[in-house]
Amino acid sequence: MKLQNLTRPNYFAKTVLMGAMFSQALSGCNPKNSSLSGINARTSAATGNTIRVGEVSSLSGSEATFGLSTHRGIELAFDEINRNGGILGKKLELVTLDDRSKPEEAATAATKLIADSEVIAVLGEVASSRSIAMAPIAQNSKTPMISPSSTNPRVTEMGNYIFRVCFIDPFQGEVMAKFALEHLKVKKVAILRDVDSDYSTGLADYFTAALKKGGGTIVLDESYTSSDIDFKSQLTAIRAKKPDAILVPGYYTSVGLIARQTRELGIQAPLLGGDGWDSPKLVEIGGKALENSYFSNHYSNEDTAPKIKNFVTQFSQRYTSKPDGMAAMGYDAAMILVDSIRRSKTLSKQDLRDAIAETKGFAAVTGKISLNEQRNAVKPAVVLKIVDGLFRYQTTIQP
Amino acid sequence: MTPSTKIKLNYQSSILWGIALTLVWISQSAWIGLMNPYYLSIIIYAGINIILAVSLNLVNGFTGQFSMGHAGFMSVGGYFSAYITTHYFAQSLDSLSQIQQALIFLGSLLAGGCAAALVGYCVGLPSLRLKGDYLAIVTLGFGEIIRVVVLNLDSVGGARGLPNIPGLCSFGWVYTWVLICTFVIWRIIRSSYGREFLAVREDEIAAEAMGVNTTQVKVKAFVIGAFFAGVAGGLFAHTLRYLNPQTFDFNRSVEIIIMVVLGGMGSITGSILAAIFLTTLRELLRPLQEWTQIDFRMVIYSLLLILMMLLRPQGLMGTREITSFFRNRRGDPR
Amino acid sequence: MIELIQHLINGFSMGSIYALIALGYTMVFGILQLINFAHGDVYMVGAFTGFYAIHFFKLAEHPSWLSLALTLVVAMIGSGCLGWCIERLAYRPLRKSPRINVLITAVGVSLFLEFAGQLFFGADPKFFPQVLSFEGDWSFNELKINPLQVLIFVVSIFLMLALDWMIYRTRLGRAMRATSFNLEYASLMGIPTDQVISLTFVLGSTLAGAAGVLVGLTYPKIDPLMGVLPGLKAFVAAVLGGIGNVRGAVLGALILGLSEEFLVGYGAPTFRDALAFGLLIMILLFKPTGLLGLKRAEKV
Repeated sequence: MKLQNLTRPNYFAKTVLMGAMFSQALSGCNPKNSSLSGINARTSAATGNTIRVGEVSSLSGSEATFGLSTHRGIELAFDEINRNGGILGKKLELVTLDDRSKPEEAATAATKLIADSEVIAVLGEVASSRSIAMAPIAQNSKTPMISPSSTNPRVTEMGNYIFRVCFIDPFQGEVMAKFALEHLKVKKVAILRDVDSDYSTGLADYFTAALKKGGGTIVLDESYTSSDIDFKSQLTAIRAKKPDAILVPGYYTSVGLIARQTRELGIQAPLLGGDGWDSPKLVEIGGKALENSYFSNHYSNEDTAPKIKNFVTQFSQRYTSKPDGMAAMGYDAAMILVDSIRRSKTLSKQDLRDAIAETKGFAAVTGKISLNEQRNAVKPAVVLKIVDGLFRYQTTIQP
Repeated sequence: MTPSTKIKLNYQSSILWGIALTLVWISQSAWIGLMNPYYLSIIIYAGINIILAVSLNLVNGFTGQFSMGHAGFMSVGGYFSAYITTHYFAQSLDSLSQIQQALIFLGSLLAGGCAAALVGYCVGLPSLRLKGDYLAIVTLGFGEIIRVVVLNLDSVGGARGLPNIPGLCSFGWVYTWVLICTFVIWRIIRSSYGREFLAVREDEIAAEAMGVNTTQVKVKAFVIGAFFAGVAGGLFAHTLRYLNPQTFDFNRSVEIIIMVVLGGMGSITGSILAAIFLTTLRELLRPLQEWTQIDFRMVIYSLLLILMMLLRPQGLMGTREITSFFRNRRGDPR
Repeated sequence: MIELIQHLINGFSMGSIYALIALGYTMVFGILQLINFAHGDVYMVGAFTGFYAIHFFKLAEHPSWLSLALTLVVAMIGSGCLGWCIERLAYRPLRKSPRINVLITAVGVSLFLEFAGQLFFGADPKFFPQVLSFEGDWSFNELKINPLQVLIFVVSIFLMLALDWMIYRTRLGRAMRATSFNLEYASLMGIPTDQVISLTFVLGSTLAGAAGVLVGLTYPKIDPLMGVLPGLKAFVAAVLGGIGNVRGAVLGALILGLSEEFLVGYGAPTFRDALAFGLLIMILLFKPTGLLGLKRAEKV
């Protein structure tokens, strides 16, 4: 009994304190001035002799291949500028942070870049899910962010400081639908999508919408997960519907095996895909099964235009591999940022944002890029055909 | 334990509690807003990890079960609370007063916690028949099933994820919940009611023979653990403002398990320290990783797991609490 | 009708892959009652050992049965050594520890292999060179059968029979059964239990290595995380058939392969991975000993 009496006041004290603290915590939590997002545009990153730009990239983890390509493209662009004397008499400094292919890490990395390294702008991310996680942080701190290759429409809807230099999924879906209807003259298409990937599901949905609008039909919409290695059950179901073409909007990691098993089951219909196919590994794994398949991409590295040729040579010299679409997008994102810094009235983030928004007809490696009201790039897409294991330019589709 | 030490324990610890609560209270209003957002975000994630580790410790450490699906509960709570705030209040949120916003957030967190607790109840039920390794595998399976179900739920975006979650969370919120979680679990374990949990851990058959309803105890542990994991998920969702099924994969569960194992299965303060340590370690390893472009973290984590089991299976703190180091050398808490 | 038969064929071929992995799983579990989480990763290391062997000996230039045999031998030796190391370094010191500790170690070993694999082999998938090529496929009109899958099926049935013979007809097998029945008593009877356990581990890992090569040949994409899901599913198959029972492992694997195939072909392909765990929960709740397993009394 005595024991209880002694302990009771402590409980009382705790309850009071807890209550007091709680009410305080409640009042201090407005989304506007929420502490995490309340990054003030303190000192400009452009003081001194360097202009600091941040990059968030997936250098490790499940999508490291894409991240590394983009990073190399950006690196190449920055080196090129610095070699030619920098910009506005200053050198560009690139601060790269890895996000291990995880959205929450991308957010932390962006916070670190903006708060700690005090960068003037952020480049990244490759994947839409990571860009969406980063965007609120860039937006709240009023730091311009340019995504090289996040194609999900929602990325730039996050705020007026978020830009991208690639086309968006609805357009890419439309491109393949248009290509299927007009060039291949097929009407019945089956879809095999990767449900683990936001990119794949998005592309499949927009393709479906565009194809239906153009008078085609989706005979079957099957799905797989990225860790699957056997797709025969889905393909057997697809075979029964006898489609004229099969859309496989996944990443090259699975597409090679899918192509093999498609041919093993005796399906001759061509496979269609998106920019996720763009890797030499695709043909290595898929081999002959991929012949006469088509995919949309940001550019063709076989293009003979001087700008592209120059980029491809420089890249191959430095990294001993041909630049894929991601590398070109990284390069373009960096170049558009540099161009905007040049055009910007002052080096404040606000003016830089306005300068980026005014980008019109910038001659980039992946075509003429203009940014529209929604801060998305308006630019053509190319369709590549796989012939003898090489990606051959097939056609360009204008927006 | 003699009555005198018990009085001392409550007296001492309540001072600590008071200090902790006041600190959170002062910090939130005084200097947190001025802090470097990067360090602040690490502190907030550390807090969320503390809630996860302490709540998992109730299941894995104090009850002696081995749950490998804690990320699954976190995902249920996170998605549930984020769905509430995003779908029902997103438009009207700005027009509401701060108190109303706070109440909505609190409600969504509690709802998320309850949803997770409900799932925890379902996961706990098989423990009626399963023990040890099998239960562990079943929890792993449940975690995966939850992930696959979320992946197929179009209303929360499926693989595309759930964006535009209002950023309602703050330092004060997270650490209020850290204190609530530690307080609740600490009080459970120190109560006679909580001895049942320990009894199940020490010897299930003996406990049953002594009249402990072991299944009920295990289910209780799962429900309480899942509730706090769900709340942590809600806090996480409103901090990051974006959810994606990939975030809650098996590796996430493993991360929480490592915190519990490293800190000591059965030590609340151990879990707290380990959660803080591992969250900071992740950022400390960053320069090394950027230099080598290799993610060493999971290799280090897995080696930690193996070496801990080989060299110090009880974890850094064993079943002791940090307070016991101040009290007596032998540090015998129970 | 043809679609149905094709689904059956696909299901059997997937099931025989699970069977190949499950055989090693069930051996190890049978003797130690230890869920060897790392088994799926030993399978991955086996595939990579085969991959490097092919490149080292330039076997892909001369595809033949001999090349395949050489690849298999190297991969089996590699994964066997790995299995021995794991048992010796990680599991044996914990023989007297609580089972939860051993389980945590097993999870640790598994993660270590996966992420160290990403460091050494790279996270990017690799193409597994074709050391054995068949001209065309075997087809009957619309029905297509991959000869490699027939090979895997035959190999797993053969291994099942061989293991069964070894466990029930040889001295070593008797020693294994005795060790599995009661470790302490077996060692009192003069059975070198440590060696028997080591040997079982090596044997199980060797089988996993062989499975890695054969699967790599059929699905020529290998990556450091390739063992995670097949490992878990093989475990489910082993539990389904009655863990510790080699015939049960094959039966369980075929059931799992077929049910996955029909779920994917006729219903919800995205729930494929959930199905295995759903089956596991069901079987553990309603018949924890599995289809062919024997009931063990729990000792206090």
